[in-house]
Amino acid sequence: MNPAFSVIFLTTLIGAGQGLFLALFTEQSYAVFHLLPRQGGGFYAAGSLIALVLLAAGLAASFFHLGHPERAWRAASQWRTSWLSREVIALPAFMGVVFCYAVAHWLDMNWVIATLPGGAVVDFTVLLGAVGTILAFVLFGCTGMIYACLRFLREWNSPLTVINFILLGGASGFILAAFYASVAAPELSSFFGAWAIILVLLGLAGRGASLIRNRRLRPKSTMQTAIGVKHPKIVQKTQGSMGGSFNTREFFHGKDAAFLKLVRPGFLLAAFIAPLGLLGLSLSSPATLGLAFLFNYVGLIAERWYFFAEANHPQNLYYQTIG
Amino acid sequence: MTQLALVIDLNVCVGCSACVTSCKEWNTSGSAGPLVDERPYGADPTGTFFNRVQTFEVGEFPATETVHFPKSCLHCEDPPCVPVCPTGASYKRKEDGIVLVDYDKCIGCKYCSWACPYGAREIDEKQKVMKKCTLCVDRIYDKNLAEIDRKPACVKACPTSARLFGDIHDPESVVSIAIRENGGYALMPEWGTHPANHYLPRRKTNLKIHEDELERADNPLKKDGKLPKPSKNEPSLDDISSW
Ligand code: SF4
Ligand code: SF4
Repeated sequence: MNPAFSVIFLTTLIGAGQGLFLALFTEQSYAVFHLLPRQGGGFYAAGSLIALVLLAAGLAASFFHLGHPERAWRAASQWRTSWLSREVIALPAFMGVVFCYAVAHWLDMNWVIATLPGGAVVDFTVLLGAVGTILAFVLFGCTGMIYACLRFLREWNSPLTVINFILLGGASGFILAAFYASVAAPELSSFFGAWAIILVLLGLAGRGASLIRNRRLRPKSTMQTAIGVKHPKIVQKTQGSMGGSFNTREFFHGKDAAFLKLVRPGFLLAAFIAPLGLLGLSLSSPATLGLAFLFNYVGLIAERWYFFAEANHPQNLYYQTIG
Repeated sequence: MTQLALVIDLNVCVGCSACVTSCKEWNTSGSAGPLVDERPYGADPTGTFFNRVQTFEVGEFPATETVHFPKSCLHCEDPPCVPVCPTGASYKRKEDGIVLVDYDKCIGCKYCSWACPYGAREIDEKQKVMKKCTLCVDRIYDKNLAEIDRKPACVKACPTSARLFGDIHDPESVVSIAIRENGGYALMPEWGTHPANHYLPRRKTNLKIHEDELERADNPLKKDGKLPKPSKNEPSLDDISSW
């Protein structure tokens, strides 16, 4: 497939936004059970605002993918069958809850809703956070399933696709949370940093697994099934166009194999190894943590580019020779 | 239930692209607006087509065969392109099984084209909506056309009759008979899309002529016996010219 930068930015930005929100609420959940000191409302409010900015930027990027952005509202109508439609609903819904979560913290709307045995107090912000957490996972699921549900794009057609969206988004969000905490609440940065290391390691395992899986894939469609001629040797002489078409532009990345070979270790290094090294170096220095997030994010852009480029669409069998 | 479809006979297609031109002409002139064509006479022409004729060389020289292969939307009976559409712009008609795009609803997200394994959908880069073969839905039901013209433009244009059109759910239709009797097959059956369009394979045409066919045994002039047997170079009923 030809990677579209609108979609690369959409998926990486909202992934980081979801991850950051999940990080903030993880901390608050620890605080509910008195495992960590509860922060003032401002910490959660400002953090959720950063998440909201990332989500909004992702949403904005997605519009560049559309031919008719003014009709985008129509995309919410087919949620019964289309994962894309479900994402179109889940993203604004999640953004709405994150916004409410930020406001509730900002205005200290700590209305007690229940007190758990053991003295943990569930207040209004916790309730919002729990709803937001569910929606964050729903959104990860929708985004992942958009790709995973296409059965003949076999590189994507695997549970690993959804799992990796969750792990990679979570990792970048937690690294960002560590950086944010190192500035806003230094005593928490090592908490977020430790989680970030776990998630980066899990992400590396998940992405590594999908790389290995995809390398072993053997195409199901062949020239023989494509045109229904059984002979083992079939060569295309013309694809019915003299200068390329939508089919040659949308489904080929246009780079050679050597470039792809370069991108793969490149993103593994930038998105996983470099952040791990930096997190190992320091869990408190804002400069180091900021750099870790930067490396990770740039790495994820490359990772997403590779994710698209690696997927080999069966239609390519029909579009091999211009002539 | 009706499922309209094309059956394309690879045994007769000569790769002339008459169907491509005729399709483009009809569908660029309709109420949906033109099909984009950029730099049509330039070095790097590109545009949207519903139908393309591709050519493949099968075998190894000198034992090769050239296969011309027209390809358009196959109007799959279980079309993977339809459920993925977020707007409902892509749909399959219940009444005749044609898969269509509502150009007024399409947001141009291209997701459906990812979901079609055959590369049958092409975006119109000017109108920014997804386009594909409509089986000439604006033609086949048009009462203003003569009955014989109510067929897809490509079918009308084909000089070798390589393209048949009809209802594959009606076992007695020309298309069903052609599929049944000539080994018609579907493309990429491995994905379970059940394409409605079928292809007829290349096949050897052998003609066996028996002795008695060279001289008609049932020639009434011979059977009758009353008339004198005409000489072989005299005109017969078969060559009506001189009667
Ligand atoms: S050929 Fe492609 S576009 Fe046409 S119905 Fe089948 S999947 Fe959809
Ligand atoms: S490009 Fe148009 S028809 Fe295709 S999935 Fe998107 S909205 Fe639907």
